[in-house]
Amino acid sequence: MADEAELRAKLHTFGNDARFPDQNQTHRCFQNYVDYFRCVKAKGEDFAPCKEFWSTYQSLCPVSWVEKWDEERSKGNFPAFDL
Amino acid sequence: MLIMNNYNNMFNDVPTPWGMYLQDSASPMAEGMLEVHDTVMFYLMMMLMLVGYLTYSMMKFNNKMSYKYLTHGSLLEFIWTLFPVMMLLLIAFPSFMLLYLTDDVIDPAMTIKCIGLQWYWSYEYSDFINDNGETISFDSYMMPEEMLEFGQLRLLDVDSRVVVPIDTHIRFIVTGGDVIHSFTVPALGFKVDATPGRLLQISTIITREGRFYGQCSEICGVAHSEMPMTIEAVSLPKFLDWLNEQ
Repeated sequence: MADEAELRAKLHTFGNDARFPDQNQTHRCFQNYVDYFRCVKAKGEDFAPCKEFWSTYQSLCPVSWVEKWDEERSKGNFPAFDL
Repeated sequence: MLIMNNYNNMFNDVPTPWGMYLQDSASPMAEGMLEVHDTVMFYLMMMLMLVGYLTYSMMKFNNKMSYKYLTHGSLLEFIWTLFPVMMLLLIAFPSFMLLYLTDDVIDPAMTIKCIGLQWYWSYEYSDFINDNGETISFDSYMMPEEMLEFGQLRLLDVDSRVVVPIDTHIRFIVTGGDVIHSFTVPALGFKVDATPGRLLQISTIITREGRFYGQCSEICGVAHSEMPMTIEAVSLPKFLDWLNEQ
């Protein structure tokens, strides 16, 4: 099937991270969330490599977690640091 | 007969009444688990036969084994120490090998989040984002008994199934929303606790099309038995069609 590879290319997800080799990926989710906003703060929204952090936390963190953190950031009580 | 076996395979993907063996595997991981089960069973049977024979012979015959004035024997002690050690090693090696293999997540092509809630599962396909920038997500409830259609399985079928492509590395991220649940699909060799505040990953590659059923495997409240999970493995083009409909 020629177009099988073409279809397969539509699937893409974040890869493995040597810092988080374990079954437990909790911290990886939080780290990528923090890294994204830290990256955006330093380099601006349009800086392409920041997108990598975004797509990782988007695929990894449950939506409810991200919503909670977004709310905390907007209220200014997000625990990591001033984002 | 051989031709029939090749072209008319029937797989056991559901629990059956009085089923004494495991469900047929649909992933390399489950295949490995069946293999380890059979290997360990072999050694267990060997030991059972040996111990059974010793017990029987001691009761039945008046022989060396039942010689009650035999108070110590170095060779005998050496053997009955070494034999269990060898047996345990023979069981431990394949089992540890499988354990570490199942932990590996090798270059996944897609990620699915499975969130256990009281008492249903919620799934998120966050690799894919719709036109409004929202992630694809849905809740999956058990089909109530009175709404079951012919052929559907009581306490196993759900209203919206998790559709996944075959022959694709899939990473499942399992977590809980309220109490501890457990995401379990025997045909894929899955059993991952869904713990609130903790994300666990497990990967699989489903080798054939079919519907694979599982039930929550951690007591989570009154409707613990009424939150099954149904995974529907389809070909990649069908999966992408399904995705477009969402």
